[in-house]
Amino acid sequence: MLIKKPSDIPSSEITPKPVYVNRRKFLAGAAATSAAVAAGLYLRNAGSQPAATVEASTKLTGIVKSQYSTSEKPTSFKDITNYNNYYEFSTDKYEPNGLSANFRTRPWTVSIEGLVKKPKKLDIDTITKLAPPEERIYRHRCVEGWSMVIPWVGFPLSALIKQAEPLGTAKFVAFETILAPDQMPNQKRGVLEWPYVEGLRMDEAMHPLTILAVGLYDEVLPNVDGAPLRLVVPWKYGFKGIKAIVKVKFVDTMPPITWNMMAPDEYGFYSNVNPNVNHPRWSQAAERRIGDSIFSPKHATLMFNGYGDQVASLYSGMDLRKYY
Amino acid sequence: MPLREKLIRALKVLVFLLCLGPADVLTWKAFHDLLGANPVDVITRATGRWTLTFLLITLSITPLRRLFRLPWMIRFRRMLGLFAFFYGSLHLMTYVWLDKFFNVPEMLHDIAKRRFITAGMTAWALMLPLALTSTAGWIRRLGGKRWQKLHYLIYLSAAAGVVHFIWLVKADIRRPLTYGAVLTALLAFRVLVWGMAKARSRAAAQAAHPEIGSSGQLKKQPQ
Repeated sequence: MLIKKPSDIPSSEITPKPVYVNRRKFLAGAAATSAAVAAGLYLRNAGSQPAATVEASTKLTGIVKSQYSTSEKPTSFKDITNYNNYYEFSTDKYEPNGLSANFRTRPWTVSIEGLVKKPKKLDIDTITKLAPPEERIYRHRCVEGWSMVIPWVGFPLSALIKQAEPLGTAKFVAFETILAPDQMPNQKRGVLEWPYVEGLRMDEAMHPLTILAVGLYDEVLPNVDGAPLRLVVPWKYGFKGIKAIVKVKFVDTMPPITWNMMAPDEYGFYSNVNPNVNHPRWSQAAERRIGDSIFSPKHATLMFNGYGDQVASLYSGMDLRKYY
Repeated sequence: MPLREKLIRALKVLVFLLCLGPADVLTWKAFHDLLGANPVDVITRATGRWTLTFLLITLSITPLRRLFRLPWMIRFRRMLGLFAFFYGSLHLMTYVWLDKFFNVPEMLHDIAKRRFITAGMTAWALMLPLALTSTAGWIRRLGGKRWQKLHYLIYLSAAAGVVHFIWLVKADIRRPLTYGAVLTALLAFRVLVWGMAKARSRAAAQAAHPEIGSSGQLKKQPQ
């Protein structure tokens, strides 16, 4: 048993204190004249502030260290769990923590399908036991120009792929997030096309740096970071790290990915961290490290997020300006 | 000093302090480490939203004072407009200092290449002459009519500000569209007033010279 079973109620079942104020309710009926709406915007701004919460958690045991970890100082647990993009819950980076607090991560099955010898449905508790949990302290670079250092706990995606025994014709792996509009408020609206989908080329998926994360800071992965199972590909922009995975499908052609469908000129399939290829709306040359003081300068962004030695060979001969 | 004048002056002080509120809150939070994981992002967004909010409040003075017959409200317009400029300048300073660290070539590149920066810079640049000519002296120097014309630039500035907001959002543009809707309503009011005034002057002309029809053409005289 690698993960201690919670003795009483699982943490996901505990209803936390209200962690955010519903500002929409607060604003209802504010608009009698257009000027009153202007006043409403005033109030809305006055009421907005990041809600910082730390959830109840469960410790993971038997975690082994990894040679792939960086020695950089990890970002605080509080910042990692209170500042991220999880559009299924909110387009605001401070809100997903509160909104995901009651997200149900059990029971949870992941469907392994497509071009494999053994299609199957695996229970999450079986998946977490596929390989020993490793601590992987990785740099995390968001396409928006901020970065963190995150002590993930997980295991190589290759362990799951080997289980599935993909056929020789499988060239790509496609991932899918759960579709649960009753739990994920933004899935009721057309913010993005739901469910969120992502993909990797087979060699990227098999790379030892690519992991499925099940934990953070020695604890079971918090809902806000993609529990119970998320992808982490440290040399790619953060949005490639699909959260709350329910489907892994092996395919022979490049699968569609959500952000690319949304804005093809802004987000490519590969989305390798690359300071030389700018996002149309912002430079990718530098990044703000979360946790730094306001006045400290940004860090220079590294090619492949600093993992070039390990992964550059995957793309030899490819024009990375074309295949961004 | 008449009581009414005293009240207006007291209210001005109150409004001034209220308008400083958002800046106070940001400063206080910054010193108490309450700006969350990415303080620069929070400062950027807050100052940006306040700029737009104050532009809209400024633009709502005329409709309010006309609809509710509150002529004294005009005396608050300059201050509110200057607060829009104040927050806009804080927003710009956040970008120049905390985001770009005074890297001029990189900023020029941004202005040329990134359309949301282009729109934002335009919005601020359009506010600059308005802030500079906001004094009584400048109204005199320019003459009321010309000053008024110059200050119509606020419409363009606010529109550029809304476009700047729409263009920077990755997905889900409800929030910028809210600002856009309010701005549209405020501008529609002016178009309406302008159209009504035109119709009124035509009617007045018609009353004075009944031989001129509503279309401005001479009516056929009855045989």
